Amino acid sequence: MEYKKTYDQINEKLKNGEAIVLTAEEVSKLAEEASPEEIVKQVDVVTTATFGAMCSSGAILNVGHADPPIRMEKIRLNGVPCYEGLAAVDAYIGATACDPDNPEYGGAHVIQDLLEGKEIELEAWAKGTDCYPRKHIKTTININSINEFTLFNPRNAYQNYNVAVNTTKKMVHTYMGTLLSNLRNATYSTSGELSPLLNDPEFRTIGIGTRIFLGGAQGFVVWPGTQFNTTKPKNEHGIPVGNAATVAVMGNLKEMSPEYIQAAYYEQYGVSLFVGIGIPIPVLDADIAKRVSIKNSQIETAVLDYGIVGAPKIGQVNYEQLQSGFIKVKGKKIRTAPVASL
Amino acid sequence: MIKKRFVLSFPPQSGDKPLSYHLVKEYDIRINILKAEVYPGKRGSLLLELHGKVVNIEKGIDYLEKHHVSCEPLDKKITHQAEKCIHCGNCTAVCFAGALTMDDSWELNFDKAKCVVCELCVTACPLKLFNIDFN
Repeated sequence: MEYKKTYDQINEKLKNGEAIVLTAEEVSKLAEEASPEEIVKQVDVVTTATFGAMCSSGAILNVGHADPPIRMEKIRLNGVPCYEGLAAVDAYIGATACDPDNPEYGGAHVIQDLLEGKEIELEAWAKGTDCYPRKHIKTTININSINEFTLFNPRNAYQNYNVAVNTTKKMVHTYMGTLLSNLRNATYSTSGELSPLLNDPEFRTIGIGTRIFLGGAQGFVVWPGTQFNTTKPKNEHGIPVGNAATVAVMGNLKEMSPEYIQAAYYEQYGVSLFVGIGIPIPVLDADIAKRVSIKNSQIETAVLDYGIVGAPKIGQVNYEQLQSGFIKVKGKKIRTAPVASL
Repeated sequence: MIKKRFVLSFPPQSGDKPLSYHLVKEYDIRINILKAEVYPGKRGSLLLELHGKVVNIEKGIDYLEKHHVSCEPLDKKITHQAEKCIHCGNCTAVCFAGALTMDDSWELNFDKAKCVVCELCVTACPLKLFNIDFN
């Protein structure tokens, strides 16, 4: 009879300090000697993580009411536009938002500055109503002065992502970094066998309500991420080749740490936000033990040519090759580099 | 014998003298020009690798400085705010000289001795942590 564990049993072990917790890398190493049936007996939780630029991120703010109050209809935070169509003093600032005249400072920087305790200039305009008579306000806010500061990222932690190269004669600037001409470099952003959604590719344990590590604090998976796609072709190890599933996540920014939330600017591309996400996977049975044991050599992804509009696929490689520093595409040896922290 | 890279800054009046020729002939230094920017009548900058005996390189640099050419070791001209680095790897993607690499624990390693001042890392770093003073 198959050995199985329940969430309650694992939580009890965690409470008593008896749980065995391994990283996804450690369990992949253990799997070289141990079978999934043995791993499910030996290991209780496997931790996975990623720390990469995730453009589809942002924060919900409630800045509190002024006296006399204003129903903010146009809002700028340090000059960065944010979404104002949410009641009087709610706003959503997207990580990639920016003033076109100052493209190197965007919503991600506002989020980071607030997180670091800096003062941010808030300017807002309104037509003035009977109940909200004020038409203009210019003041400063900080992380303590605002009521709520909630990270809400519609699409994070891509299950797998493609490798970027450039076959053209011209250097290109992308969100996958600077791609040199004539296939002189290749960049990849997925953390391979450490990547959360690659360790639970069928989402048996990750779903709405899953408690996660988000930006240094507790956060939650709240929904499937945008562009969630489970129809991508899978290899023989059940791994989608290329970008597939995603998660939407939420958490309280007031509890987060600037160590795991970092604004970024990509030359000639724009602003993005590095987000640190960790997802624990309970080892409930042999199937999950097998999934979390996935190795870099078993995870494949597509190599896309970002020099050409439409980014056609020109090759396929695995993460063991990518992390070795070189891949071979079209008969050419290409130097690789990560563009997300490992 | 040592090998060291220097950034040479030429004032307008020194631009017309074959100074590097004297480094070779009189001080037995092997020179390798890695980068040059010359603005006739205004100024010039040269990234030079000097390969020779320590004493000869010291003399060669004295010679250059007597001719009003300032010589700064390359590593003094490059700054990287390592304490703010998140080890994302973007700079290593563009560093064809091999000065910026990821080590075994996926942390950034910067070997300034290999830098050729292409300056691609300055724009590739999403946190803008590099500064190179070549001109």
